[in-house]
Amino acid sequence: MTGLFPILLAVLALALLGYWIGRQRGLAMRRGLTIRIGTVHSLPVYHGLYVALTALLPAVLVLAGWAIVEERLVADRVIAAVPVDFRPVSEIDRGAFMNDVRGLANNALEAAFNPAATAVVPLYRATSEAFDLAAGVVAMTLLAVGGIWAFSRLRPDFRARSHVEKLLRWLLILASTVAILTTFGIVLSLLFESWRFFQIVPAAEFLFGTHWSPQTAIRSDQIGSSGAFGAVPLFWGTIFIGAIIAMIVAVPLGLMAAIYLTQYADARVRRVLKPMLELLAGVPTVVYGFFAALIVAPAVRDFGVWLGISNASGESALAAGLVMGIMIIPFVSSMTDDALMAVPAEMRDGSYAMGATRAETVTRVLVPAALPGITGGVLLAVSRAIGETMIVVMAAGLAAKLTINPFDSVTTVSAQIVALLTGDQEFDSAKTLSAFALGLVLFIITLLLNIYALSVVRNYREAYE
Amino acid sequence: MTATSAPRRAPTNWTAPAMQARVAVRYRRERLFRLAGLGALCLAGLFLAFLLFTIVRTGWSGFRHSEVAVSVVFDAQALGIDPAVARGPGGVEAIRRADFNALMQRSAAAQLGPAADVVSEGAWLDLRAAVLADRGVLGQTRTLWVPVRSNIDLLAKGKFDENEAEVTRGVSNEDIADYHYLEARGLIRTDFNEIFVSAANSTDPELAGIWGAALGSLLTLLVTIGAAFPVGVLAAVWLEEFAGRSRWTDFVEVSISNLAAVPSIIFGLLGLAVFLNFFNMPRSAPIVGGLTLALMTLPVIVITARAAIRAVPGSVRDAALGIGASPFQVVVHHVLPLALPGIMTGTIIGMARALGETAPLLLIGMRAFVADAPKGLTSSATVLPVQIFLWSDDAQRGFVEKTSAAIMVLLVILLLMSSVAIYLRNRFENRA
Repeated sequence: MTGLFPILLAVLALALLGYWIGRQRGLAMRRGLTIRIGTVHSLPVYHGLYVALTALLPAVLVLAGWAIVEERLVADRVIAAVPVDFRPVSEIDRGAFMNDVRGLANNALEAAFNPAATAVVPLYRATSEAFDLAAGVVAMTLLAVGGIWAFSRLRPDFRARSHVEKLLRWLLILASTVAILTTFGIVLSLLFESWRFFQIVPAAEFLFGTHWSPQTAIRSDQIGSSGAFGAVPLFWGTIFIGAIIAMIVAVPLGLMAAIYLTQYADARVRRVLKPMLELLAGVPTVVYGFFAALIVAPAVRDFGVWLGISNASGESALAAGLVMGIMIIPFVSSMTDDALMAVPAEMRDGSYAMGATRAETVTRVLVPAALPGITGGVLLAVSRAIGETMIVVMAAGLAAKLTINPFDSVTTVSAQIVALLTGDQEFDSAKTLSAFALGLVLFIITLLLNIYALSVVRNYREAYE
Repeated sequence: MTATSAPRRAPTNWTAPAMQARVAVRYRRERLFRLAGLGALCLAGLFLAFLLFTIVRTGWSGFRHSEVAVSVVFDAQALGIDPAVARGPGGVEAIRRADFNALMQRSAAAQLGPAADVVSEGAWLDLRAAVLADRGVLGQTRTLWVPVRSNIDLLAKGKFDENEAEVTRGVSNEDIADYHYLEARGLIRTDFNEIFVSAANSTDPELAGIWGAALGSLLTLLVTIGAAFPVGVLAAVWLEEFAGRSRWTDFVEVSISNLAAVPSIIFGLLGLAVFLNFFNMPRSAPIVGGLTLALMTLPVIVITARAAIRAVPGSVRDAALGIGASPFQVVVHHVLPLALPGIMTGTIIGMARALGETAPLLLIGMRAFVADAPKGLTSSATVLPVQIFLWSDDAQRGFVEKTSAAIMVLLVILLLMSSVAIYLRNRFENRA
């Protein structure tokens, strides 16, 4: 694949040359004639662009398609050349074997795990080069044919601009489909891998089982080698940290912060305090995680011991939830801000006219009126908190427990995904696949929360419009 | 009317003590409420200040390190280098083959006496660098300041309580004795840590640096911006200027707003399943990390670019169309240049988020131990936030200050990026 990159550069350079030639042709057309409007349909730029794009697009498409299939074709050839006794059979073995070969060929590896890999490295290099060369020849031919054909069509009355704009229109549509493709990519990859997981572990056991220990035994004949995949402790840990502890911190603080900023603070104070909240929102989660692990978790443990809780842990739900709550404050605050701003001014003015103090206006009029908007904002905050990963990975630990003791260590869906997919992995084990099933659950929950919350917020806004 | 028939109520006597007391209670509640609001903000501010203070307090010493003075006899014969060859075209190869490690150990043993083992295992790299920089040192004696082991470094910075019992202290009695031996003779000094800003990761804290991770971040962000910016802007132009309302555009819009809310770790799963397992792209490579982050930042760019394009006054479009520009010319010549500051603001905000992102990159293997700075888009690399995570996970005490120092670097870069974004936003708002 890396061999295709110079070819791509050459194709781009030649397309640039095509642009220059086409533009010269367009300029020549104008020079030959006394310029009157309508004598030459398009500006020289469009003649140039027409030639360049007609030459470029087929060649780039061929190269892109080739880049996708090339590795597979090369792998087939290389593996066919391996002596039958050493030949990898299953898809995973093939992948591992080819990784060895690729690593050796790029000098990234010193020695391969599979001795047969060393022997086929020259073949791999030769095949790759031959395939790259073939792709290059095809791309260059298409480039030349396209360019010459486009050039031969250039005439003063040729509608180059319309053609170029039609092509660009397709480019815009293509760009906008990337978002759809990404969504499909997420859904399909999660569904596909989860489906494979559910063939090993029944969905009911995964969703309702209460014992989680994904460690698989090394040898397949060991007892209990299948691990246990009851994800309820993970779901509970996620809700406990993200939806309960973090929200107990974030909702009152975020709400009060937004009320102070919108109702009390004058412009000068707002200019100082608003960027501070933005700063709080801009700190990377890994920094919060480090802070939680270094400062907050030990403090929480000492506090737990002081309270007389014997099993207070160095990694606790409370530490992770507290820091996550503080991370979410700016989010809750800005959602509340929007909701309060959407309340019609007449309601506030009416309340003041009746002699209510600001506090009474806020608590009896504004907050009740804005409640749907605030609720929607809090739900969005929950969806953000349960998807948050680094703080939990660094401060909450990996022990899957069903506990309501905030000083105990719990784990969450996102933390388990990281734990399952880092380190050694083999791609067909239930342990690895379970990460995708967890991802699917997380995706569905956050999606539903978001759709519901956004519809609540939208209905609320429309009610006052 | 019922009002006339109802008995008239006496007007409220505001000066009566009972009424005065009620008003006082209400005003007190008002003040408390106001204070609660201010308190919430102050609490958030205090937390931020405490966080930054903690990071800076533990991190500033990461930018300094301790060195010990060793005078080294660069004996070309003992090193096995022919001075003539060293000056010739193959000189670099010859120098790289020479055993500087043995020379370092000999020199340290000869001069530091009982404290010879304070010298870092990577100190010989300094000797080699000295020869590579100037072949003239061959055959001469030079005094070099070379790095010491992490524990000695931490002792010099006062990070250990020497009165604590040896088992819980984290540093042995021998190390403390060595340190005092050197300190008494003036052989140890602490100055700017050039290793930290120029090296890649290492298993020894005193030899670990952030340059490799910073370069990895840069390469990854280049891929991200190269993929997400054009696609995002083109999609925004399509949705705002050309697409009418149709089921297809609704579908695109729903996809974008949903993608904006998907947890970042899901993008890591996507990158793992699609880029690594399906397309067989290399693990731990900046190109895979960059593309994964590009998919994640795409919605941010599309949403802000759409807002910026929408903010361009319709009169500009009408005027350009009126004098005969085609719709594409209107967009390229007028709308995009006017919307560009807004688009840039959104892009920078998206890039800042991508720069601080850790979780998806862990899943595509960017947590691998990488001892060299990445050489290209397909070589193994790590990025700043992942480096922070890896160091924070390391049990060696010397990595605590490195972690905080790396966080300081990351925060400064992020602050610079948001300053540029705020500057652009202000300029944009003033003009519109």
